[in-house]
Amino acid sequence: MSLTHQDVARIAKLARISVNDEEIAAVGEKLNNIFGLIEKMQAVNTDGIEPMAHPQDVSLRLREDVVTQTNQREAFQAVAPQVEKGLFLVPKVIE
Amino acid sequence: MKWEVVIGLEVHVQLNTKTKIFSGTSTAFGAEPNTQASAVELAFPGVLPVMNKAVVDKAIRLGLALDARINQKNVFARKNYFYPDLPKGYQISQMELPIVEGGKLVILVGEEEKTVRVTRAHMEEDAGKSLHEDFQGMTGIDLNRAGTPLLEVVSEPDMRSAEEAVAYARTLHTLVTWLGICDGNMQEGSFRVDANVSVRPFGQQEFGTRREIKNLNSFRFLEQAIKYEIQWQIDTLEDGGRVEQATVLFDPDSGETRMMRSKEDAHDYRYFPDPDLLPVRISGAQIEAIRADMPELPGAMKARFVDAFGVSAYDAALLTSSRATAEFFEAVASASAQGKLAANWINGEIAARLNREGKDIGACPISAERLIGLIVRIADNTLSSKLAKQVFDALWESDLTADAIIERDGLKQVSDVGAIEKMVEEAIAANPKAVEEFRAGKEKALNALAGQVMKASKGKANPAQVQDILRQKLS
Amino acid sequence: MTKATLKQLSQQLAAGAVSGVELATQYLDRIEALNPQLNAVITVDRAKTLAEAAAADSARAAGTAGPLAGVPILHKDIFCQQGWKTSCGSRMLDNFISPYDAHVVEQCRAAGLVTLGRANMDEFAMGSSNENSFYGPVKNPWDLNAIPGGSSGGSAAAVAARLAPVATATDTGGSIRQPASHCGVTGIKPTYGVVSRYGMVAFASSLDQGGPIAQTAEDCALMLNVMAGFDERDSTSLERDKEDYTRQLDRPLNGLRVGLPREYFAAGLDADVARIVDEAVSELKKQGAQVVEVSLPNTELSIPAYYVIAPAEASTNLSRYDGVRYGHRAAEYKDLVDMYEKTRAEGFGDEVKRRILVGSYVLSHGYYDAYYLKAQKIRRLIANDFTAAFEQCDVILGPVAPTAAFNLGQLSSDPVQMYLSDIYTLSVNLAGLPGMSVPAGFDRNGRPVGLQIIGNYFSEATMLNVAHQFQLATDWHSRAPAL
Repeated sequence: MSLTHQDVARIAKLARISVNDEEIAAVGEKLNNIFGLIEKMQAVNTDGIEPMAHPQDVSLRLREDVVTQTNQREAFQAVAPQVEKGLFLVPKVIE
Repeated sequence: MKWEVVIGLEVHVQLNTKTKIFSGTSTAFGAEPNTQASAVELAFPGVLPVMNKAVVDKAIRLGLALDARINQKNVFARKNYFYPDLPKGYQISQMELPIVEGGKLVILVGEEEKTVRVTRAHMEEDAGKSLHEDFQGMTGIDLNRAGTPLLEVVSEPDMRSAEEAVAYARTLHTLVTWLGICDGNMQEGSFRVDANVSVRPFGQQEFGTRREIKNLNSFRFLEQAIKYEIQWQIDTLEDGGRVEQATVLFDPDSGETRMMRSKEDAHDYRYFPDPDLLPVRISGAQIEAIRADMPELPGAMKARFVDAFGVSAYDAALLTSSRATAEFFEAVASASAQGKLAANWINGEIAARLNREGKDIGACPISAERLIGLIVRIADNTLSSKLAKQVFDALWESDLTADAIIERDGLKQVSDVGAIEKMVEEAIAANPKAVEEFRAGKEKALNALAGQVMKASKGKANPAQVQDILRQKLS
Repeated sequence: MTKATLKQLSQQLAAGAVSGVELATQYLDRIEALNPQLNAVITVDRAKTLAEAAAADSARAAGTAGPLAGVPILHKDIFCQQGWKTSCGSRMLDNFISPYDAHVVEQCRAAGLVTLGRANMDEFAMGSSNENSFYGPVKNPWDLNAIPGGSSGGSAAAVAARLAPVATATDTGGSIRQPASHCGVTGIKPTYGVVSRYGMVAFASSLDQGGPIAQTAEDCALMLNVMAGFDERDSTSLERDKEDYTRQLDRPLNGLRVGLPREYFAAGLDADVARIVDEAVSELKKQGAQVVEVSLPNTELSIPAYYVIAPAEASTNLSRYDGVRYGHRAAEYKDLVDMYEKTRAEGFGDEVKRRILVGSYVLSHGYYDAYYLKAQKIRRLIANDFTAAFEQCDVILGPVAPTAAFNLGQLSSDPVQMYLSDIYTLSVNLAGLPGMSVPAGFDRNGRPVGLQIIGNYFSEATMLNVAHQFQLATDWHSRAPAL
């Protein structure tokens, strides 16, 4: 397989990373080399193999429904790019 | 052409846990912006989700109530998209293995019962809120709601009208509040509905192209939005146009739906199992413990009310529209042994008054005990229906018992034959014309005479007795 | 004093031969003198360090201190530390002062270890050469033209140069073992789930694991006693009884079964590295170990499987860096989407962007089964290989990397060649096993080469025993570069 210019533009959009037209060519070439490596997987027969999502076969621990957190807005917002009246500000969201 | 409507609903049920789904942060509504957003909700670098047990328990409760399968292994997945109210850039949800699958919900449409299949219910986290008032031309983000636990309940496309969709949504709303897993507050967004609507020519097998109406937070908007959407789709098709798959928003001001995004802009959510969370495993014992703790469900209770108290199926359905109403009814009906009377009063006067005053049964000024006092006095003929209404009004306004009101206002029905005979004789004497007309065969004239007697008794004479004695005297 | 091991420093502090403040000062001075050549340390804060050291000294005086109180430590810049810049080697977090401590940092604080500063690293731990840091590459103290390895290159180089007796590190695909090998120091990546990931900036959640880098196996054991332990804030942290990782150090190796996977000694392995590993194996044989040949047939597939799974997880773990709540935000933008795209284009370096793009692609609609699911199945095959191998042996030995450290700039424009050099370390992370690197010699250019020890799940104490016995008989670990 080979990623086209459009493929690279599409995934860059999905990942919200701006890439201009010249960069796309360079990035695309490197990505295609990487996929060349990845494609080696396809030669292996994995029929009937259960996918492994996690190193340990253990179950999720569940927490009791008890409040443990206190308000730390001031500390958390001290590192925020832009806040007003306790709100994080972002460019206008248009729906 | 005749069109068939096809509707499926996705309902976001906010669970009434004390803390968020993945952190010990309070979920209380209405706090100052971002004061209930911990490092987990803010998605700080390195923080991790830790699952709330109460969410699993509540999901199992709903699953059992829907007669569904509880997946004893279920898995959280990441749903990836960028939005400022979604701090991690993904929502933790469930995709391939949700906790609940394959249930059903019986709804009542008019007098007809219908079963709607429930595809699945999965656990997920809510997003924060974007506040669009002007902050220097920017949008403000409040993440207090982020991480609030949700169950997304997805139906099959089994509904065929806006009325059915509303009935399903109402029945589900009743169920989740009945089970005590959701506060049901639609204004605060605790129960939000997305409707998938399509139309197809009658008799056609395959579905038409659907459009999804997002985020309806009242039953009225749900009905209006679906009705508008159906008409829009039919008009579009009949004008030779095509319906394109899309997500739309309902504007309550205009009563119209408008396009939010087309299929082409549809997100590619890149679902995959969340590596920060392990599979949830649920033991049979845990399910059985929750089953043992389940309240009697509305369907079962409805049938029992018909059986045990002789109320109509329609009345029983109204009485089981909320657990509080059902419990209120059952208390009154059992203690008074007057199921029908209890049903009439609760579904009639009480429902009307509550509705007028915008209250629910929990805020009813007449306690079950005081209503029992009234019903007992109706049953034993102390009160005529007219007097009963008077007593009811007084009960609503005061804390007195029915007996105390009867005593205070002298409202006891007069059933003393001698006293009634005396008043009847006076009425006959004073109204010779009416007497003549009755004797000439005009039945209505009797009512005029009875009215005179009732007036003379200030409404307290037993009306049936008055009729009887009048006939007797005039024959 | 700065040549001493953690163990020795702890003894000298206990004996009152030196104070925590004196030690901290000596190391800070050494960092100030030597770090400009190495770029191993990216943040120092003398006042904070000395305050911590003074507190440790007070605790010692009051008799409330643990054995490591007053010993200096360097934290990899991936561990959130309250009041310290936690950049993860990225411009994205260049302005991020962490409001909280990682579990590992808490544990170190509780033990009285004194923070010397923050170690340089590949951006978001993505890299094998430490050339992907926003703060510039780290130099190998043995040869300033060589890479130190990555991603914990700052941690390994600092310990090698004796800028710190010990450093925290993380390993997602070899990021503790490979730089430890390239810098001639000892490092261990424990079984997945042994060290909490809480507060450790995530790269690939199902692979990431914290561990120490130090001069000796004994020091690593002491550090693991501090770092390991159940933490309820990490759902993948394992609930196990506390272990003493030093408990088996002195055990003789008689009867130990050592497995040599034939795939680790095949084509592509540098002759010097092969010779050094052979000599190390001979040493262990001499001590009574029995050697068996084992097979890990799917080793080569670990590269494609890893380079699907790790970028997939990373692509979504890094979505939170959006310029909204903390971190870099682009100065100019047209609208919300433009703000996101510029912020992320500016905040992330090339390798991070590449991996986000690869990860987004393999998870995207229509490709999931062919890539992500396929890679997860191969991951199972790889784990099964180890299960079978550990039926025949107690530990597996092999090289850490195909060659000693390569030159700075040599592979930086060729990601594929760089990825291929991870061949011997990736499988361990995919399986979730513990692995370590122990100094075992020098190649023809005088660059260090490590021996990899891979253990079965939770067999860290056995691995540390093997390494410690090896170090009792060799002196590779005590050699320091001339600076």
